[in-house]
Amino acid sequence: MVEFTLPKNSRMTIGKTWPKPQGSNVRAFKVYRFDPDSGKNPRVDTYYLDLDDCGPMILDALIKIKTDIDPTLTFRRSCREGICGSCAMNIDGINTLACLHGMDDVKGDVKIYPLPHMPVVKDLIPDLTHFYAQHASIMPWLETKTNRPAQEWRQSIEDRKKLDGLYECVMCAACSTSCPSYWWNGDRYLGPAALLHAYRWIIDSRDEATGERLDELEDPFKLYRCHTIMNCTNTCPKGLNPAKAIAEIKTMMVERRV
Amino acid sequence: MSYVTDKKRVHGLGSAKDGTGHFISQRVTAIALIPLTALFVLPLGYNLGAGYDRVIEAYSHPVNAIVVILFFITLFTHLRLGLQVVIEDYVHGHGTRTALLIANTLFCWLFGLTGVFAIAKIAL
Repeated sequence: MVEFTLPKNSRMTIGKTWPKPQGSNVRAFKVYRFDPDSGKNPRVDTYYLDLDDCGPMILDALIKIKTDIDPTLTFRRSCREGICGSCAMNIDGINTLACLHGMDDVKGDVKIYPLPHMPVVKDLIPDLTHFYAQHASIMPWLETKTNRPAQEWRQSIEDRKKLDGLYECVMCAACSTSCPSYWWNGDRYLGPAALLHAYRWIIDSRDEATGERLDELEDPFKLYRCHTIMNCTNTCPKGLNPAKAIAEIKTMMVERRV
Repeated sequence: MSYVTDKKRVHGLGSAKDGTGHFISQRVTAIALIPLTALFVLPLGYNLGAGYDRVIEAYSHPVNAIVVILFFITLFTHLRLGLQVVIEDYVHGHGTRTALLIANTLFCWLFGLTGVFAIAKIAL
């Protein structure tokens, strides 16, 4: 059976509460901490920040905590504007990008956990090796068989528009890790992110491997574990719609049979 | 410890090239069940509390009998497909999963055929 409860060594404990600063606009941040070298269970540390002395986004708070309070806090971040997809984490129960999620989007204490149901490398850093390998498996490149033209392949404005809402995906993994099917069967189910990318190449007017791509996806686990509960679409920090992309793939599967 | 590459792990045993038939059947049976359920419930409700002879007479009518047989076939096909998905989602051990999938198929055939047999016996 699938594991509905956390394994013993993943059960949470109460961690350290850091000193509260002076100020009228102080907010508590409850942050998941896990150090694989300590051999201890994960814990939740409580930090306090004066929001008058901090940027407006959750990522600003994390950087402030790491810089001023606790340099051992570990998380990924890079562009701080929703382009790199590094800082995906579970904030206030929602998978999102810390750089795009404002403090004022959260009421009460700010609870910050790593993306759910992934192996944790340290603190807020999940192991995305399998996730990236799944993306690589859908052949995320233009596959052509015709030799000509031996220069750039042109695309009409209408055909280019079909890629809108797909090419913007930054592979942050917020969608796949919000999907129960991915939690239970992530070893075989490709998940919304990889399937959205698969669809992005399937409908590219310049790609000539449509049939092969559909052949690869036609599988009870790779594709059909999606039951359209749409957690992926609800959580996508870029406002994309992976559920629709998956539905389009399924429609194509039916079309080539009927 | 395993030195299998990520690519090999992701591709596993490859695509089963299957699943679309299941997908289509599940939806077709779901849509078919909307009118069939209504047609099944109407004579059932009409004859509720009626005597034995009247019920036998009602289901001896070819239209009623055929509707009920169609309803049973569609219902248990849909049930089998739905339960199959639940088992595949939540049961992970290969042996247990295979055993449950077989049990599911047998269960649905057994109850479906029992229903069809009962109606056929009344109607014929």
